[in-house]
Amino acid sequence: MQRIVIFGATSAIAAACARRWNALGANLFLVGRDTPRLETLAEDLRVRGGGSKVAVASADLADTSGHDALFDAAEAALGGIDVVLIAHGTLPDQAACEASLDTAMEAIQVNALSYVSLLTLAANRLEAKGDGVICAISSVAGDRGRKSNYVYGAAKGMVSLFLGGLRNRLADKGVAVVTIKPGFVDTPMTASFDKGGLLWASADTVAKGIVSAVKRRADVVYLPGFWWLIMFIIRHIPERIFKRLSL
Amino acid sequence: MSVTSWNRLPRVEHDRVIDWSNRHAELPDGEDKLLAHGLGRSYGDVCLNEGGTLLRTRAMDHYIAFDRATGRLRAEAGVSLKDILDLVLPQGWFLPVTPGTRYVTLGGAIANDVHGKNHHVMGNFGHHVTRLELLRSDGQRVECTPEQNTDWLEATIGGLGLTGLITWAEIQLVPVANPFMVVENIRFRNLDGFWAQDAAVDAEYPYTVSWVDCVASGRQRGRGIFMVGRHAPPQADLPGHTERAPTFPFDPPFSLINSLSLNAFNVAYYHRPLPKGIALQHHVPFFYPLDGVREWNRVYGRRGFYQYQCVLPPETSRAGIDALLERISGSGTGSFLAVLKMFGDIPSRGMLSFPTAGATLALDFPNLGDRTHKLFAELDAVVRDCGGRLYPAKDARMPAEMFRLSCPRWEEFTAFIDPRFSSSFWRRVTE
Repeated sequence: MQRIVIFGATSAIAAACARRWNALGANLFLVGRDTPRLETLAEDLRVRGGGSKVAVASADLADTSGHDALFDAAEAALGGIDVVLIAHGTLPDQAACEASLDTAMEAIQVNALSYVSLLTLAANRLEAKGDGVICAISSVAGDRGRKSNYVYGAAKGMVSLFLGGLRNRLADKGVAVVTIKPGFVDTPMTASFDKGGLLWASADTVAKGIVSAVKRRADVVYLPGFWWLIMFIIRHIPERIFKRLSL
Repeated sequence: MSVTSWNRLPRVEHDRVIDWSNRHAELPDGEDKLLAHGLGRSYGDVCLNEGGTLLRTRAMDHYIAFDRATGRLRAEAGVSLKDILDLVLPQGWFLPVTPGTRYVTLGGAIANDVHGKNHHVMGNFGHHVTRLELLRSDGQRVECTPEQNTDWLEATIGGLGLTGLITWAEIQLVPVANPFMVVENIRFRNLDGFWAQDAAVDAEYPYTVSWVDCVASGRQRGRGIFMVGRHAPPQADLPGHTERAPTFPFDPPFSLINSLSLNAFNVAYYHRPLPKGIALQHHVPFFYPLDGVREWNRVYGRRGFYQYQCVLPPETSRAGIDALLERISGSGTGSFLAVLKMFGDIPSRGMLSFPTAGATLALDFPNLGDRTHKLFAELDAVVRDCGGRLYPAKDARMPAEMFRLSCPRWEEFTAFIDPRFSSSFWRRVTE
């Protein structure tokens, strides 16, 4: 029986992962900010699973001081931790971040520094146990700085680099570290975009890829997979040219 | 943003389209008109709100409670009927009433008070709603049951989403032994054959529906296939079933349904070999033949299409259906799937609900502009003379006069409309 902790559980992608893991009989500990929505998700999982354990804790993950206690609570509720998924986040408005340093720093706090905290704590616990999977949602936006969203991109770039280092550190300790880089996903976080076109994927499509990546103990996974090719090209455009583009 | 209904008509722009995922949240502030939009499977503008705001409910899709012992299910309004079947069917339960597609939301099924092949024994979807919550724009949450706030329940069932936002609902399911049906297909040579069949099999089968060849004329007018079924009893061995649903691959610039393809299809479909006697069939092809091709609505081309569904009271059914088919077959336009069924006499619960006792005929028409509208005017005249009604969920064109005949309680209903809610349909037929 797998014991899985999900941070940011009410996000569309994480909730879809929770449903998929629940269907496989996993026990879940769900952390989110909005208590009624968390209860709604837990209720939904109980109806679907009818038996496997679902526990919840509400917390504002931007506040890193509470993180350690959340791991304690998860271990107490589940009797141990096998998989950690970190999936919370915001999509800050780039223009607002440029106009206000506070907004930019807040975005970095939520999307990068809180990940550093959770990842460090998860790594230390699973390293001591000698087994487990840590999976975190980064983004294709973290692969290269672009004027349209470089604050979010920088935060996700930090997450990607941090995960790379952690994966290297834990490679021979029995702990897998999985970096997920979704492309455009149709979720409430991206509600203000016009979602026509082939590049948009559903949250459940991405969740399916995450569940599979965790099972395979994959390293870096672009979801859907074609984003690997798109980002390969984008990463290899010389900066001299790239700086003049509007992407 | 542009959101369309299933027939891709009319094309309207919305000010805002909001993905509504949290049933605990208050409705958005503002002066703009709101309307819930589920999976957009209605054929017209009951799910559209030009210049206003759409609350897309598909992400509000959580189950709240399911009692395996009693078959009582409570779920948020954005859950689809397919989601529900995926959960309950493996546990021995089935929808009490189901329309011809599973890709509708619970909220949409209630707001349009949809019906199915078992109307004559089970009534409408709304008859099986045991409780629902209505969120009003003043922040009030009205819990409605058949005993409490009954008037609100009767306004909201079939209320076209105008009484507020349905956040969740509870329905009573029916027990089944497995996902299969015992079915029988009987060919009839003309409309008289249909009436004879209808009188003969009604009592034996809870599900009955007929496909009608809408092209055949003269003595063959109204020929078709009578399809009946009931849930299969328990059995040790069941045939396998894997669902495959390819997607219709492209948007043709014009309708692929024209007089040529229509003739060929209807002749072939009428003469297709039918299994002899009683057969075991999976419930998906029985109830949801059109779910087998995703985005089949594209076959009608970019100009979209119309669906026309009416019900005629029992005393005028025979002559009325004949008159409708005469005009349709003479027009050289029509659809692959023309459907004819007798509704039973269970009174609808909703003030605006469509089903009433009598014969209901439904079929699609490619959008050929004036030619199509001329035909509709002729059909309207027959329906009016017969004392019949049209179905708002299938309408993108009915004149206000037909609406008043179709929903005779509409003035009583207006008292229950939430001042912040409206739809393109409602403005079209009442303003």
